[in-house]
Amino acid sequence: MFEDIRIVVIGGSAGSYNVVRKILSSISETFPLPIILCLHRLKDTRNGFVESLNLVSKVPVIEPHDKDLLKAGFIYLNPSNYHMLIEPTRTVALSTESDINYCRPSIDLTFETAGYTFKNNMAGIILSGANSDGAKGIFSAFKNGAYTLVQDPSNAQFNTMPEEVLKHFKPHKILSDEDIVGFIDSLKYNKYV
Amino acid sequence: MEEIGIKDMKKVIDVLSISQGVNFNDYAFSSFKRRIIRFLDLNKIRDLNEFTELIRTDNAYAENLVKEITVNVTEMFRDPNFWIAIRDNVLPKIRNNSPLNIWHAACSSGEEVYSMAILLHEAGLLENSRIVATDLNKSVLNIAEKGIYSLKSQGTNQRNYLEFGGKGNLSDWYVVNGNTVQYDRKLINNVEFRCHNLAGGEMKDNFDLILCRNVLIYFNSELQEKVIQDFSRNMSQGSFLGIGSKESIVWCRASKLFEEESPIDKIYRRINEKEKLNYFNLQENTHCKL
Repeated sequence: MFEDIRIVVIGGSAGSYNVVRKILSSISETFPLPIILCLHRLKDTRNGFVESLNLVSKVPVIEPHDKDLLKAGFIYLNPSNYHMLIEPTRTVALSTESDINYCRPSIDLTFETAGYTFKNNMAGIILSGANSDGAKGIFSAFKNGAYTLVQDPSNAQFNTMPEEVLKHFKPHKILSDEDIVGFIDSLKYNKYV
Repeated sequence: MEEIGIKDMKKVIDVLSISQGVNFNDYAFSSFKRRIIRFLDLNKIRDLNEFTELIRTDNAYAENLVKEITVNVTEMFRDPNFWIAIRDNVLPKIRNNSPLNIWHAACSSGEEVYSMAILLHEAGLLENSRIVATDLNKSVLNIAEKGIYSLKSQGTNQRNYLEFGGKGNLSDWYVVNGNTVQYDRKLINNVEFRCHNLAGGEMKDNFDLILCRNVLIYFNSELQEKVIQDFSRNMSQGSFLGIGSKESIVWCRASKLFEEESPIDKIYRRINEKEKLNYFNLQENTHCKL
């Protein structure tokens, strides 16, 4: 039932770092789909984060440039202090628009635009976090046909973000971090077309 | 509110093009759409037809929309490493040019104009500089000219300035007035603020340094191409162009007119094509010898 999924979009904030590491360390270097990570991070530390994720990931993690084409074989991490939007041309568009709900990057914005572009070809996942960003975005992607998952609040280090998603709508699955890893693994025979 | 599609955006773009004479066709789709949605939310508009009717008939309303779409948020000394590279790598190569010609293209509310002026002052070059600061949005130019910013935003500015390794205290350059601060007028003695549209207008000048940071991200590739061409026409061999840390000109045909000066900080040096050919030949020859 997941063979239509062509891209995985993951949003997270406080408490999501270890889950992201777990996900990245579990996927093989031949994972066939692009993965987009929209994670809240410190604005004034530009270096170190992408390096630390690359230490555990077999697929290269990159901070894309504006207009970069999304390709399989890469994990795209939002550059610090930019919003990251996905264009209908399947390219990345960055923006320095002011904070949205006190956040830049805005997870809402990444999910909304990715959902608009990829419709039912997208899987969206919201992880642990201590604020409400992401809920509107994943709901918008859901309305566009995306398959949606949220980390089980009881399993999340900070449950505000997953709880906020559940206030908006009922996602397809509520999963523990281990099961999220399992879900992503189940996409390993998919194709990015 | 219903989903806004490409057709709806086209309609808004057409209306704005007729009523305001501003062409948004070459703007990046998702950020343009995002701005429209933000405007609709702020103004609590739910009906798109009502919206297009309003921008068609109400000039002040449409003007305000254009303002909202084109406003760009920035901070002083954003990406301190960029400013360090300007100070330590770029200025030594152009500091003897008299006057030192600098263009802040799409300067928005002017934070980078003041950053540059402080940097030039600390390098002893401000007096000898001629700075042109342009934007298409008159109201942000107005803010830039006044140099009045929120007190709250000075925290980030201070941090950036500190990381940049400025010689003094940033607070020496402004006076606090309630919730706002006003930057020293002395900084903009040699600055000419001018209304200019990168998408349409023409500039005829010769700059030693052009800064256009985090502006190209709002344009599509065609418009980026045009803008980079325009920049190259306003530069001589050996002048510099600085863009945003996540922007790139490698896709542009005009990129053949530039060499990377500081790749991480996105600073390029204008060359002529002949020089580049020589450069490649040289590389090739060296390679053969090895």
